[in-house]
Amino acid sequence: MSDNVQGAGLELVGLQKILGGRVIIDNLNLTVKKGELVSLLGPSGCGKTTTLRMIAGFLIPDSGQVLLAGKDLTKYGPEKRPSAMVFQNYALWPHMTVFKNVAYPLKIRKMGKEEIEKRVHGVLELVNLMHHKDSRPSQISGGEQQRVALARALVQEPDLLLLDEPLSNLDAKLRIKVREDIRDLHKRLGITTIIVTHDQDEALSISDRIAVMNEGRIEQFSTPQELYDQPATEYVANFIGSLNRFEGEFAEGRLIEGASVVGIRPEDVFFHSSQSAGSYSAKVNLVVPRGHFHEVYLTRDDVKIRAFMSTDIPKQGDIGFATISKALIYKDGKLARTA
Amino acid sequence: MAREKTTLNLTSGSWITRVFVGAFIVFMAIFILGPLFWLAARAFATSWTFPNLLPDGVTFKWWGTIVGDKSLLDAIRNSLIISPIVVLVSAFFCIPAAYAFSRYNFFGRKTFLIGIFAANAFPTIGLYAAIATLYYTLNLMGTVLGIIIIQLLGTIIFMTWIPAAAFSSVPRNLEDAARDAGASKLRVFRDITLRLAMPGILVAFVMSFLASFDEATGTYLVGAPEIYTMPTKMYALVLNYPVQIAAVFSILLAIPSVILITVARKHIIGGHLAEGFQIK
Repeated sequence: MSDNVQGAGLELVGLQKILGGRVIIDNLNLTVKKGELVSLLGPSGCGKTTTLRMIAGFLIPDSGQVLLAGKDLTKYGPEKRPSAMVFQNYALWPHMTVFKNVAYPLKIRKMGKEEIEKRVHGVLELVNLMHHKDSRPSQISGGEQQRVALARALVQEPDLLLLDEPLSNLDAKLRIKVREDIRDLHKRLGITTIIVTHDQDEALSISDRIAVMNEGRIEQFSTPQELYDQPATEYVANFIGSLNRFEGEFAEGRLIEGASVVGIRPEDVFFHSSQSAGSYSAKVNLVVPRGHFHEVYLTRDDVKIRAFMSTDIPKQGDIGFATISKALIYKDGKLARTA
Repeated sequence: MAREKTTLNLTSGSWITRVFVGAFIVFMAIFILGPLFWLAARAFATSWTFPNLLPDGVTFKWWGTIVGDKSLLDAIRNSLIISPIVVLVSAFFCIPAAYAFSRYNFFGRKTFLIGIFAANAFPTIGLYAAIATLYYTLNLMGTVLGIIIIQLLGTIIFMTWIPAAAFSSVPRNLEDAARDAGASKLRVFRDITLRLAMPGILVAFVMSFLASFDEATGTYLVGAPEIYTMPTKMYALVLNYPVQIAAVFSILLAIPSVILITVARKHIIGGHLAEGFQIK
């Protein structure tokens, strides 16, 4: 978290939203600490954007409350809420210059001309866009448009910053750079921030905590490390990182039919040419180079398992021994124990 | 965002193609511009009798006659007063309706939308005859109000459908962003929606003005013989005055159209409407 904590704590209490006869959000509860950067992570249709729109005020929940610094904002429209949103496709006004786009929120608040100029210039320098202040949105690149949208949100000095899929329209290299920019900005400004994303890399790399969502519910809300090490449900284990999934129980290295589900991360599978304590014989089926690591597909008694290895890469057809350092065991979808 | 257009090169190809294209162009020029030249020539001619190829002389006296004739001046004055009123009244009622059609879903929405369209598909002379009988009961015959109402009918479709399309072309998220920035719904409409829909609304204004200004049938039925506008006066002109007067009057009738279209052209082609409707 940042040293410069600003903004207010957000609390979502019992939010419910039904759209078109379908329950989109079902009794959603979330508490975000002041100054925290939280991601709402999930696939399309899980309800994360609906939740964000309810936080911003574009949707009124059917029941439940949205509280910011203890104040109930539920019935207020977006214009009355102290939150500012960066939209997925930036939503810059085409008939205004970059300067006017960023200045608009201040114009609404009837700020003086000099004050507006000072604040707008300040925020444009922060996002490095002073050289474009008189350009039109159609004249600048996608990445620059996003920075204008960000500037427009930051100029309002909001208590809550909302980002809707900020990286999804950018190419891979730019994504990494903008990710870092967002993290740096958050460190500097310390505004409570909520990011909606479907990209787990994005969420894992910049969030203080992540709320993993599925079908209108939050399955787990923890730090990235906790989500990775102790995924509370099968869904979370599957969603974050990679997983080998087996139905049944592992006993003595053999898969037995059972009610539970065993999840094993490929990073926790090792292959050696020699036997060691707790290892089992296995054969290498396939080796796929993936850059800085290799995917090694092993079979043991018709049970296929995937391993990630970065040293001593075996060759296809090699026979050796596999060890599993950690397994996640789920009963009825919830994490029962690790082994 | 505008699609690439393929350049059609009409001046290349076999000589047959070029002859046909050339002949077609000449024909269209004569067909369209011919009567206009004839009109312009007549407006300034002393007299021009067949079989002379050119008018006999040039004069401004016909223009003087118009200025001197009270009934003609009255007709001009009526047109220039009534048409702007019609357009403003039409805008007052239809533009909010257009916004509703564009942004809201309500009971009967589709019916109304198609209904407006259908009313214009109905043969106007039959419609006006029916309205005339109603007017007799309401004592609206021969009144300015009666003329305004009749001309309104022709403007409704322009003032509703075109602005509705223009409003619909304004992306919702631009309005959302303005609300998020702190603008009230009214402010959003004024600063964002209306501004971006303006080219389409300008088109609607121009079309409506022309529809009202040039409207002759209904206005004649209702207005004659107490009130004449320029188009309805034309009927009388053609019969009772020399043809040169009619030519001058025609030119006068065309002037507002030319002015409006020239002024509006800058805002319509090139700019946001062009981006929205993909015209360049």
